[in-house]
Amino acid sequence: MIKKLALAAVVLGALSGAAVAETVVRIGLAEDPDVLDPTLARTYVGRLVFASLCDKLFDIDEKQNIVPQLALGHETSADGKTVTLKLRPGLKFHDGEALDAEAVKFSLERHLTMPGSFRKAEISSVEKIDAVDPTTVKLSLKNPFAPLIAQLADRAGMIVSPKAAKEAGDKFGLKPVCAGPFKFVERVQQDRIVLERFADYWNKDNVFVDRVVFRPISESTVRLANLKSGSLELIERALATDIKDIKSDAKLRLATQIEMGYQGITLNVGNSDNGKNGPFGKDPRVQQALEAAIDRDALNQVVYNGEALPGNQWVSPNNAYYQQKFALPKRDVAKAKQLLKDAGVATPVVVDFLVPNGPDTRQLAEVVQAMAAEAGFDMKIRVTEFATSLNEAEAGRYHAYLLSWSGRVDPDGNVFSFMSCTGPNNYAKYCSPEMDAALAAARIASAPAERKAAYETVAQMALAGGGIIYLYHRPVIIAHTVKLSGYKQLPDGLVRLTGVKVQQ
Amino acid sequence: MIAFLARRLLQIIPTLILVSVIIFLLQQLLPGDPATVLAGEERDPEVIAQIRQQYRLDQPLPVQYVYWIKGVLSGNLGESMRLKEPVARLVAQKFPVTLQLALMAIVISLSIGVTAGVVSAIYKNTAIDYTVNLLALWGISTPNFWLGILLISLFSVQLGWLPASGYVSPFEDFWLSLKTTIMPAFVLGNSFAAVLMRHTRSAMLQAMAADYVRTARAKGLSERVVVIKHAMRNALTPVVTLGALELGTLLSGAVLTEQVFSIPGFGKLIVDSVFNRDYAVVQGVTLVTATTYILLNLFADVAYVLINPRLRG
Repeated sequence: MIKKLALAAVVLGALSGAAVAETVVRIGLAEDPDVLDPTLARTYVGRLVFASLCDKLFDIDEKQNIVPQLALGHETSADGKTVTLKLRPGLKFHDGEALDAEAVKFSLERHLTMPGSFRKAEISSVEKIDAVDPTTVKLSLKNPFAPLIAQLADRAGMIVSPKAAKEAGDKFGLKPVCAGPFKFVERVQQDRIVLERFADYWNKDNVFVDRVVFRPISESTVRLANLKSGSLELIERALATDIKDIKSDAKLRLATQIEMGYQGITLNVGNSDNGKNGPFGKDPRVQQALEAAIDRDALNQVVYNGEALPGNQWVSPNNAYYQQKFALPKRDVAKAKQLLKDAGVATPVVVDFLVPNGPDTRQLAEVVQAMAAEAGFDMKIRVTEFATSLNEAEAGRYHAYLLSWSGRVDPDGNVFSFMSCTGPNNYAKYCSPEMDAALAAARIASAPAERKAAYETVAQMALAGGGIIYLYHRPVIIAHTVKLSGYKQLPDGLVRLTGVKVQQ
Repeated sequence: MIAFLARRLLQIIPTLILVSVIIFLLQQLLPGDPATVLAGEERDPEVIAQIRQQYRLDQPLPVQYVYWIKGVLSGNLGESMRLKEPVARLVAQKFPVTLQLALMAIVISLSIGVTAGVVSAIYKNTAIDYTVNLLALWGISTPNFWLGILLISLFSVQLGWLPASGYVSPFEDFWLSLKTTIMPAFVLGNSFAAVLMRHTRSAMLQAMAADYVRTARAKGLSERVVVIKHAMRNALTPVVTLGALELGTLLSGAVLTEQVFSIPGFGKLIVDSVFNRDYAVVQGVTLVTATTYILLNLFADVAYVLINPRLRG
């Protein structure tokens, strides 16, 4: 009898154990994230972790529209200098503290004043923050700044627990306390970051995962092998060359989207004497010639198996701010040759082509080299490691530089710092007062039509010789096992687990 | 023996000072500014200047060196710019991982390498000898990362026997730890086993032809005793030195293997830190590795003396 009872107890225990079995999603990251403090963080891969850990005031949807997250909405005054945010009532941080207007004020002020803050430049238009009542925050701006709400839909909009942040100071990132769907459990550098479901999350009814484990695995082949062997449930940045393999595996699913960023070639038009006297500094027609020599569709086929979206502007043709008027040109070698002739440069035009090492960059560079050769360019490829390439680009020791950009929600984030005279990402050292005026106008205007009109000037000038040739917009390639259902990919490439179910 | 040890220990001090200067200077040769790399896409000039100031990158090199070495002498290896964690903590976290991997690799390579070397010497110029030599050649010439990926696709993806990557501490779960480290340890030990085999073979051949072995045989000792007690003991002296030195190399040289298997050890830490120009981490890890290497060298010398009595005195 006792034996039978014991047996029954064991069986019951096992059954109830199965019923409450934890659902875990293990995610393979391409790199080890940097510090997990929204104010100090700066890597793309870090944003992937934040998507589960730290909610933002706003988020984006599949069409890149701004949607509410911690904030329910916003109102901008007629002069564009006051923005009022309305928060969800009853929000809580992972440590149980209330997330109210005071907490939002604290976080935004932390972004603005903390030494080493990478968010300061993003929201520097904010002059004063007032907590009007527990759910209302008033932002007073120095000048109208249209991209502000988009900034609050990224790391600048992440709200951290004031109590935890005050206690930890600049070590907050070692044990972050935010208000996302999952709370921080532990991190072993370069091995794993573990998060667990947050019981008081505002949208808890749509969270079906108990635990999330992020594992950095830099080798893409090994990342995929882990997914196939069942050690992971999802991997980010799978290779385009693996798409066929993933599609043919019945146990795997593919989730792709076109990125918000772009792959481009930066041309040195005025950075140091090397740039000013180089092929692209002498005459803007040399940039036009190189662009005419490139077949973007062929590049897409060779490098991305046709999964990328060719483009010639800083936003993709899917974006509302894409200027259809300057739609994608076809390859025209004769035109390229003519442009070089008109520019009066001696052929072959020798170009020092700086290429940061990567699985697809060398291949891309070689195809561009071959295409450009037909038009009269002699592109001398110089492959370096990424940090070195940045150094070379900054010093102006290059003529062409293969550089990609991960992209921002607002079009301003993809162009301002690259083409304004003092922009920190302006490696080409392109500078034109008209361009600066147009970029500034697009920042001030709040109506989309007005902004789009300002960007028309930007596009026209960029295409005429702005120092960047935009090639295509890469696909975000996420692969997951069939065990996950309800997964949706957004163009920012981040992994959102709200709404995702795991089949045990 | 004590005088010998004291002399060797004293020699370590200038070596370490020299090593610290070389480590410091070498990485300054790397192109790329740590502050710019740290900033990544967020290139606010004001922040970049602030980072330079915070980590004293704006000061002359000798000043930076003095600050660093002063910290090291007081047990502070600095702080990682990228992760905001003390380097000493990172080292303490990663060292046991790499040490476990290196020790397992040494055990694997010694068992395979020495056995194969002895067998091959005994059966000189037979089919067995040729086969073992062929395998050794294969072992030396197989690139680690390729063998790693091959093993992962066989044992993890196809057969599902072993985890494809990652690491579990033996104190957490001994068997799982063994399962996660056996493939990387084999990959790491594989090429060294081949080197050991070649060394053991030639040392054994030399020993087997020596007069004292002939004497031993003439005394009527069994072949087993002749091989194990007489020939092998002498033949193994250089092999032991090689093993100790190799342990040092394995500690610093597991870079590729750790990368392929995503083992969070020294190799992975150093690769990530070099790419991110995280100077403090690179310096800290290299210094610890160099010190370990020097100490292992010392142990090898001591072991040498212990095995070979003629060197005492």
